[in-house]
Amino acid sequence: MRHRSKKWALATVLALSIVLVIGGCGNNGVNGGGEPEGGSETKADSGGSNAASGAGMDKPRVAFVYIGPPGDGGWTSEHDKGRKYMEEKLGIKADTVENVPESADAERVITELAQNHDIIFTTSFGYMDPTLNVAKKFPNVKFMHVSGYKTSDNMGTYFGKNFEASYLSGIAAGKMTKADHIGYVGAFPIPEVIYNINAFTLGIQSVNPDAKVSVVWSNTWFDPTVERQAAVSLLDKGADVLLAYQDSPATLQAAAERGAMAGGNDSDMTRYAPEAYLTNPVWVWGPFYTKVVQSVMDGTWTNEPYMGSMAEGLVDIAPLGPSVPDDVKELVAAKKQEILDGKLEVFKGPLLDQSGAAKVAEGQSMPLEEILGMNWFVKGVEGSIPQ
Amino acid sequence: MDLFVQLFAAAMASGTPLLLAALGGILIERSGIIQLGVEGMMLMGAIVACLTFLRTESLALALLAVFAVSAVLGLLHAFLTVSLRANQIVSGLAMTLFGAGLSAYLGKPVSGIPMPGAVPKLYLPWLENVPAAGGLFANLDMLTWFSFILVLAMHLFIHRTSWGLHLRAIGDNPATADVMGIRVQAFRYGCVTVGSMLIGLAGADLLLAFSPTWIEGMTAGRGWIAVALIIFARWNPIRALLCAYFFGMLDTLGFRIQLLGSEIPSYFLKMIPYLVTILVLMVLGWRSRNKPSGAPEALGVPYIREQRL
Repeated sequence: MRHRSKKWALATVLALSIVLVIGGCGNNGVNGGGEPEGGSETKADSGGSNAASGAGMDKPRVAFVYIGPPGDGGWTSEHDKGRKYMEEKLGIKADTVENVPESADAERVITELAQNHDIIFTTSFGYMDPTLNVAKKFPNVKFMHVSGYKTSDNMGTYFGKNFEASYLSGIAAGKMTKADHIGYVGAFPIPEVIYNINAFTLGIQSVNPDAKVSVVWSNTWFDPTVERQAAVSLLDKGADVLLAYQDSPATLQAAAERGAMAGGNDSDMTRYAPEAYLTNPVWVWGPFYTKVVQSVMDGTWTNEPYMGSMAEGLVDIAPLGPSVPDDVKELVAAKKQEILDGKLEVFKGPLLDQSGAAKVAEGQSMPLEEILGMNWFVKGVEGSIPQ
Repeated sequence: MDLFVQLFAAAMASGTPLLLAALGGILIERSGIIQLGVEGMMLMGAIVACLTFLRTESLALALLAVFAVSAVLGLLHAFLTVSLRANQIVSGLAMTLFGAGLSAYLGKPVSGIPMPGAVPKLYLPWLENVPAAGGLFANLDMLTWFSFILVLAMHLFIHRTSWGLHLRAIGDNPATADVMGIRVQAFRYGCVTVGSMLIGLAGADLLLAFSPTWIEGMTAGRGWIAVALIIFARWNPIRALLCAYFFGMLDTLGFRIQLLGSEIPSYFLKMIPYLVTILVLMVLGWRSRNKPSGAPEALGVPYIREQRL
């Protein structure tokens, strides 16, 4: 009797574990974009040979690899919007795989996709090496990796000058702060985040030279509980306007509870806290994805690194929140026009670093390569970059 | 002064979910059952609270649903460990994996959707101008107040009532308790069920009061910290309160040190809670090397009537 019950118990526990393991695996299965498996298979031959000859193809099979869920309200949801836009414009259905960790899993997922797709977008910085490895094994498949610096014959890279929008957000923040103290919740101390903090600070200083900017690093891309604590620590320190670089609205929500103002990143976050919403840079991927897939169809695709600007429409600033007064809205709109017309350059001398040493001389503008490798804060930022 | 009040307020906010989970765990483990499923049960509590609250906008209904689901999970753990005498560690780990997987699946459609302010706050105007206490207690949410009451209630229950005496007897020596006429199995069922409900409430508190957006795996190891807290607190509710706030403070301390303009890399500051966990374990282990750990003596041992040990 006793033995039997023990076996029963073990069996039940095992059954439970199996159920949940299956549940867990379901998380990053390929979400078919409507195209039945069989349909993709039949097109494999024609697609493959076309790509090899460098000519175009009628209906390329497109796939996207996502770091988070399309419902994250930030980074991944913007890529997913871009995918839908492209699908509608070109009448193509794309496959997506969501929640792919930046680890060995990524290489496995990309390899699987490469076997029956013609172009694959890998939408997170950490996918750079996995994408490159897979690209070498599948020379007939095109790969597009976001925000990286490595390319190969069949792998291109793309990103945008979101610092232009960070500068404009800074103008709004500098106008809205009453305490002359603004906080920035940085994601990771990498150039991409650093040049956005610098652009934000320069924007603030252009309208409010007295304001200081405090930075804390959360060392996360998407962990609302951690990001909230980082935001609260800035509010406790006296900051009354916050901006965050992570993909979650945690900072905005924390600021709203304290009656402060804040913005997020990637996406218009008004809906999370309308009264407290400032603005932030947003991505507009749709037209770009359409263009890239079209170039594959036409056989004109190249691996040329692409850095889209605000004038090209890849980057924009979210509509300013309802509690921002009209004169601030007009000022931001005017400065945006100057950027669009090429009259205003964000990283133009004189630029000083935190210690006051000159980094860019008066009248000179910083070359793009240097901006993309920035590892120092401009004067007026309080915070440190771990080296 | 302000700095400390702010730090302590932040510590309380992030410590409350830990406290509730640790209290649930203490109740379960006092009856002699190991509970390693805290992480998964917190996740289930959070997702059930999220789904119910988004649909009904009623805090009462959300908490009822959390209690119901957690009670079912608790009964399952009790059935496996008390009736079937399965390995308690395996059952608990299964519960953690099960909760993580199922909550991720259920949470797909609501991932990233913010909760509208869910837990009402108790505003005490007369306290507001009292130094220190005003900043800490004048505007706390209901669940935090409930956790205070719960600490006191559990302390009195365990140490001052005859039922508490039964509980301690069952945890230390179920055979003797059985001879005394205490219904060991029924008691254990009750403790595991009620304790699991508190753990589910901890997850609901994390979601509704602390970080109002469902994210897959949002507990991020808090369930395991709660398991460690039970040991630090030596199965005592009042010590659990102090330990939970201590860990809550460590959670937020890193950012505040960054803001003081320190040159310590932020990556290192992020390790503080884990380093301190190891340190505290070492110190406790050294100090109590000749003393009992405070653990219920029959913890983890299935009780079978008339079986020789």
